[in-house]
Amino acid sequence: MKRKDNSLNKDSKWGYYFISPMFIGFIIISLLPVLATFVIGMTDWSLLNSDINFLGFGNFTKLFTDKLFYQVARNSLYFTVLLIPSNLVICLALAALLKNNFKGVGFFRTAIFTPVVTTVVVWGILWKYIFQTDNGLINTILGMINIAGPQWLYNAKLAIPVAVFVTLIKGLGLNMVLFISAMKDVPEVYYEAARIDGASKLRQFFSITLPCIAPSVFLVTIITVIGSLKVFAQIDTLTAGGPGTSSFVFVYYIYQQAFKYYKFGYASAISVVLFIIIVILTLVQWKMRKRWVYHEN
Amino acid sequence: MKTNSEKARQKNIIKRIVRYIGCTLIALVMLFPFYWMASTSVKTYTNVMKFPPQWWPNPFTIDNFVDLFTNQPFLKYMWNSVYIAALVAFGVIIVSSLAGYAFAKIKFKGSNILFLIILSGMMMPIEVTVIPLFVALSKLNLVNSHFGLIIQPIFGYCGAFGTFLMRQFFITVPDELLEAGKIDGASHIRIFTKIMLPLASSTIATLIIFSFLQSWNDYLLPLVLLSESTTYTLPLGLKLFASEMGVEWNLVMAGATFSTLPMLIVFFFSQRKFMESLSMAGLKG
Repeated sequence: MKRKDNSLNKDSKWGYYFISPMFIGFIIISLLPVLATFVIGMTDWSLLNSDINFLGFGNFTKLFTDKLFYQVARNSLYFTVLLIPSNLVICLALAALLKNNFKGVGFFRTAIFTPVVTTVVVWGILWKYIFQTDNGLINTILGMINIAGPQWLYNAKLAIPVAVFVTLIKGLGLNMVLFISAMKDVPEVYYEAARIDGASKLRQFFSITLPCIAPSVFLVTIITVIGSLKVFAQIDTLTAGGPGTSSFVFVYYIYQQAFKYYKFGYASAISVVLFIIIVILTLVQWKMRKRWVYHEN
Repeated sequence: MKTNSEKARQKNIIKRIVRYIGCTLIALVMLFPFYWMASTSVKTYTNVMKFPPQWWPNPFTIDNFVDLFTNQPFLKYMWNSVYIAALVAFGVIIVSSLAGYAFAKIKFKGSNILFLIILSGMMMPIEVTVIPLFVALSKLNLVNSHFGLIIQPIFGYCGAFGTFLMRQFFITVPDELLEAGKIDGASHIRIFTKIMLPLASSTIATLIIFSFLQSWNDYLLPLVLLSESTTYTLPLGLKLFASEMGVEWNLVMAGATFSTLPMLIVFFFSQRKFMESLSMAGLKG
């Protein structure tokens, strides 16, 4: 704005130069593939057939009658519904417990954060070992108090909850740190006023802390939902979708259809559904995130 | 009065003790799986199968690791993962700091809309684009190569997020610095490399941690693209090794320990930066 006109013209050229690597790369690596997914999703392209036919919305109407797709959607929803509340309650409690500085708090925070930097595949394999039916750590400990542990990973009712548990433990640290930094931004005077009024700690948490950090709670919720919809490595390492198809989730189904049965068309149609859900959730998240985004005007 | 304050103090001490016990229990639950992994990796096969299990490995053996390095290409996997993640982090820094600087400090037509377009890359995750990418890369004969694993994150989620993060940082740099450089006759490239990049070192570190970890964790794309064992990354190599070994948990856990240890060591030396970086990515991504 302050600059002279001639330097402004020269400037704008540099603007395009500077963004061009990212912009061109984005078009080729992200945008075109997404468009291609839509197009492929409207065909019956399969590596097992030589000819490709255009189906229009055929794959999408087929999804509505695909029992396995219903199960996949149900599983993904179940996964999300189990993960969200447990994640919020535990992370809020941990953040409240560890937000103030006391001796050793760094160690405790680090301990809870350690799984966050562990690779998902390692984490999944490690818990598969721990959840083994015979000889697994969990069932051994249950055995010590005379409880016969179930077949955690080979039980259709337990496969998803176990995967949720494993995902939950892995992400606690990250969400806890998010909540701690939000809690530290709550003005101390609110608490002082509450103390003068004789409000209990619990009352302070629900009447001051929680409303003040509501935006963070909302963000964590959306991030967790998107993450739940993209779950793959945990499922592949823990149960491989099983037993049967009882732990098939969105990405696992896409992977199976595309890279085991080579039905690129049908798998792309599922990807389109997933993409639309992610876009809606991300837009909601951005709308709420506005307060973090700098506005020039 | 005195007894009252004494009571309060006692109450305080009890509270503290309860808090420490609670925290210790939580830390134990979080860290025990890691202990279990590491201790299994130094047990013999017969002792892994023993019931009740051995809480402390005896005899202590490093045979599992010897097997890992002599009969399995784990060192190769490690090298593949490290160099791919390093190139991803490097690439993300370059393209997103350039773009972020331009969006923050250079006025040009359409910059707002172009910024939003690049930002939309954050909603185009690999899970959605994997099929066309696989098809394109196989047409170009680039399966079983690391090319796709390197460029996908750079121009996908990591690059989009990086552009956003760098722009947010460069906006906070006062315009006077830029003007001063211009008066001295410095070009944008000079201002960018000599003034702006050094100022951004903390944000760059955040972005390095974030993109390195993203690439390091990547599983779907390597699984789809790679089929030759010499090209495997650690997560893929470990997963296939685990399926192959079945219940030889001593070997599987040795592989898992080896895959985790380097990152854990780096993490323990810079925990604060890790936590800050990753939570920032969570908030803004």
